[in-house]
Amino acid sequence: MIQLEQLTWKVSGRTILEGVTVAIPANTYAVLMGSTGCGKTTLLEILCGLRQPTSGRVLLDGVDVTDLEPRERGIGYVPQDLALFPGLRVREQIGFAPKLRGMAPEELKQRVNRLAEQFGITHLLDRLPDMLSGGEKQRVALARALAAQPKLLLLDEPLSALDESMRSEAVALLQRVQQEHSLTVLHVTHSSSEAAALGTLHLRMVAGRLEVA
Amino acid sequence: MRLNRSNLCWLVLALITAGYLLFWALLLGATATYSTPDSWLQVLRSPEIRHATFLSLVTCSLAASFALLLAVPVGYLMTRLEFRGKSWLDAALDIPIILPPLVVGLCLLIFFQTKIGKVIEMAIPLTYQVSGVVLAQFVVAAAFAIRTMRGTFQHLSARPEDVALTLGCTRFQALWHVALPAARRGMVAAFCIAWARSLGEFGPILVFAGATRMKTEVLPTTVWLELSVGNLEAAVAVSLFMVLLAVLVLVAVRATGEKV
Repeated sequence: MIQLEQLTWKVSGRTILEGVTVAIPANTYAVLMGSTGCGKTTLLEILCGLRQPTSGRVLLDGVDVTDLEPRERGIGYVPQDLALFPGLRVREQIGFAPKLRGMAPEELKQRVNRLAEQFGITHLLDRLPDMLSGGEKQRVALARALAAQPKLLLLDEPLSALDESMRSEAVALLQRVQQEHSLTVLHVTHSSSEAAALGTLHLRMVAGRLEVA
Repeated sequence: MRLNRSNLCWLVLALITAGYLLFWALLLGATATYSTPDSWLQVLRSPEIRHATFLSLVTCSLAASFALLLAVPVGYLMTRLEFRGKSWLDAALDIPIILPPLVVGLCLLIFFQTKIGKVIEMAIPLTYQVSGVVLAQFVVAAAFAIRTMRGTFQHLSARPEDVALTLGCTRFQALWHVALPAARRGMVAAFCIAWARSLGEFGPILVFAGATRMKTEVLPTTVWLELSVGNLEAAVAVSLFMVLLAVLVLVAVRATGEKV
């Protein structure tokens, strides 16, 4: 469960987020909508610890994580540009987090292969990010985030780079991933149809405040 | 092609560029034709010049390596962290670039006469030593390497490092596993630029390490020593050799895709 309590973010005297308070129950697929520049990405960055809020608290399963580093929060984050690691092959991208935690090579291989199979990217394991299409990159970014076995997944407009034909397939993939991994997902989108297809909780950011739609 | 005003403008700009390149071609051409290839080879085979060449190659490589070791963390800090007084620190890092080279040498010489300097000298003798040549090359080359690494990290998105932090990395691990592999071309360029800068360094070396034959003599020192005794042929041969090395470095940097 995610709880945000009176989160405020100010920069250069401008208030971007003001008293954001919301509770997202576990295993919920929450979608967040709002106009461009209203602070949606900032909210995700505060949630995963990349920014410190000016004031307020972030609680995950009742534990205050506001002052914890990103690596201590157990949150998966897929940014809008997907941010695959340049120079690392798909296999290394997916195995990044488990390897960092000292997973044994055989177990690491199994986890990478299992995720690659789940996302249909087994044939891409030896490719570099430059050799992947938009849809393939998106699958790799998701597999990389899930390899760390997060409790919560933050998705910042993950489907924006996909064309219409691939989008419905990606929506189905996200639904399946959320159910199979029992994840709590917070998904930022501009697309009403995407929100309608995926969301079980609909949030809207208006003038720095969060409203439950 | 009709000569309209826009085309005329491009023509004038092209002529200015061509004129500048022609001037440089004439300079190098005149130097290259001053003596014959046989006399160059004869000069370059002399024991003093072979020693100076060897010392230059070794000291430049050491200075460039140290410069890169400094430039990576400083460049990363200056691009990824926002803090008060950053613009002042940014300007301060460029000081070695704008200081007159002789002043850099003088500053080194005076510093190593202070108490702190003497303590350092007790551990590593520097003044008028080969290690002093490396230090004199390093202080200036490091500023150029820092500038290159700063540019490299500025062009790399910080987002993959952010993701690495959420995947379990510390900031240092994100730098090591994500930023550095992505910055490797910039690192090669920074090393080459620092190396080339070290090769051309003269003023600080002359003041701080001296110009002792077969000891602290590097290639620019050789040019100066040969000129001072009127041996222009030897000075020309060494200068052309340095031009060749500089061109090789320029080609190496361009091959990395970075701009000097």
